[in-house]
Amino acid sequence: MATVTETVEKKHDSRPRLNPPKRRPGRAIPTLPALVLLGVFLAGPVIYSVYLAFTNRALRGEGSSETSFVGLENFRTAFDNPEFWNSVTLTLIFTVLSGVIGQNVLGMALALLLRRSATWVNVLTSTVVVGAWIVPEVVAGYLWYTFLSDGGSLNNLLGFLNLPSQDWLIASPIVAVSFANVWRGTAFAMLTYSAALSQVDPALDESAQIDGAGVIRRFRSITLPLLRPSIMTCLMLTTLQTLSVFGLIYIMTGGGPGTDSQTLPLYMYEQAFSFGQLGYGTAVALLLLAIGGVAALAYLKVLPEEDKR
Amino acid sequence: MTAGSVPTTQQAAPGRSASARRTSVKIGSSAVLLVVAVLFCIPLLWVVLASINPSANLSVEWPAQVSTQNYRAVLNEETTYRPIWNSLLLCGGGTILTIVCAALAAYPLSRYASRAKRPFLLTIIFAAGLPITAIMIPVYAMFVQVNLIDSMLGAIAFLAASSLPYAIFMMKNFMDGVPRELEESAWTEGAGVLRALWSIVLPLMRPGTAVVTMLTFAKMWGDFFVPFMLLLSPDKLPASVSLFTFSSQYGQVQYGQLAAFSILYTMPVVLLYLVLGRRLRDGFVAQGGVKG
Repeated sequence: MATVTETVEKKHDSRPRLNPPKRRPGRAIPTLPALVLLGVFLAGPVIYSVYLAFTNRALRGEGSSETSFVGLENFRTAFDNPEFWNSVTLTLIFTVLSGVIGQNVLGMALALLLRRSATWVNVLTSTVVVGAWIVPEVVAGYLWYTFLSDGGSLNNLLGFLNLPSQDWLIASPIVAVSFANVWRGTAFAMLTYSAALSQVDPALDESAQIDGAGVIRRFRSITLPLLRPSIMTCLMLTTLQTLSVFGLIYIMTGGGPGTDSQTLPLYMYEQAFSFGQLGYGTAVALLLLAIGGVAALAYLKVLPEEDKR
Repeated sequence: MTAGSVPTTQQAAPGRSASARRTSVKIGSSAVLLVVAVLFCIPLLWVVLASINPSANLSVEWPAQVSTQNYRAVLNEETTYRPIWNSLLLCGGGTILTIVCAALAAYPLSRYASRAKRPFLLTIIFAAGLPITAIMIPVYAMFVQVNLIDSMLGAIAFLAASSLPYAIFMMKNFMDGVPRELEESAWTEGAGVLRALWSIVLPLMRPGTAVVTMLTFAKMWGDFFVPFMLLLSPDKLPASVSLFTFSSQYGQVQYGQLAAFSILYTMPVVLLYLVLGRRLRDGFVAQGGVKG
């Protein structure tokens, strides 16, 4: 069954090799507990959601006692609903602003600066940034809520500088939650890019410097191409993470004021639980999964063939 | 750093100006980083100062009188001990389940060649990116059907399943770093897979296992949405959810107490990070081993 790959592997190592015990079928047994958990609790819900999205399942009223198939009705309702499109727009703004641009640009900048700075600054800054990352989501939500509120620290700071203050959570809620998400998520990009940069041969950069290439030119022509696979992986992961942010926004603004920061996860939650429409909420969830899938495929498409290993 | 330690740059410019430029780059980068560190600290400053300020409000301010009053107010069974205990139970159970399953699953993936391996790894990588938020409603509906809502075990199993893909992926990369030759003598002596894994491979990849354990635990500890959806009874709620209900418990929000509880709740992951933090970077290097 696995002979082809085994012969290929043996080319790299010509020494005779002992065979592991319990050959063939038995050797996959250790994966069973993981497969069961993944099958029941991850694949199960995904498959179940495909069924649920086509039903009128509800927590109360019609659809709670008896569930029936409604075909594409839930999806039609979503596409006809301006609130749904509002959520899609907000989700895209939030994801691009905080995930794709904010976390990745800041993370990359930090990773580059960390290599050139004094050791104690390096340790201090990375500790603080990683500290923001390990703070629990709810705590981060409250920290940013108090920071941006009407009587909060930011307004006090602005007042001190004689700048106009306002209630940021009401004036520009989606920007406010985006900032909080950049604060919280930058560490991941920073650590990923630091690890990737540490594997780049410094000699390449130095020889380019000797040839007279400036900082920007060296970054664009040497560092960036070498880091491309890491950047794509990191972009994909931060995009998917940001798409599914719920607690942070729920605590900071609750999706409000009105629906001004109601991203898809919050819209989905409201429909399913405040309005009891489980079937419709699941349809929205499936659309969220689809957006994530499209984003992941787009990144994989951009990734050059030889990097897809 | 002197010019002498980086001889290559001497060819570009006289040693002195190269070293001077190096120094100014270093000072410039350090200054920018310090500004970033200060900016990142400001929101954190509030929680620390408010927790020791008996009249804390929304803004960062130096307490007129420093007191442990807020801590004393929250250090009781209902507010702190039980939620923290529930969190330990939930995340401890979830982490153990995740690590055991991940180590077992990573072994065949790391050691044997099989045609199923690549598709499986790709599926795992995709599952690691699966937005868990998007499946919480079907999970809720499913748990209602099988009567697992408000069950600690159900929540533990789901938390474990949702962190498994990433854990398997990282475990496999760390395990690849342990030379296979070391097990071969054990195999000739008739040791089985479990024996080889337990007495040879796992002890050699202790740093890697520590990183995966820490990341898994910290992620579960901070998780809000999963227990918020799957657990209902007040006496089963972990700290993340009880912190959220904090404001409604008291009518008017006691910011000082909220801050004190936030600190107590954050402490375990901070300690974990301080103990294992140096190894965190290894995890990210290993992650680059197999690119998505």
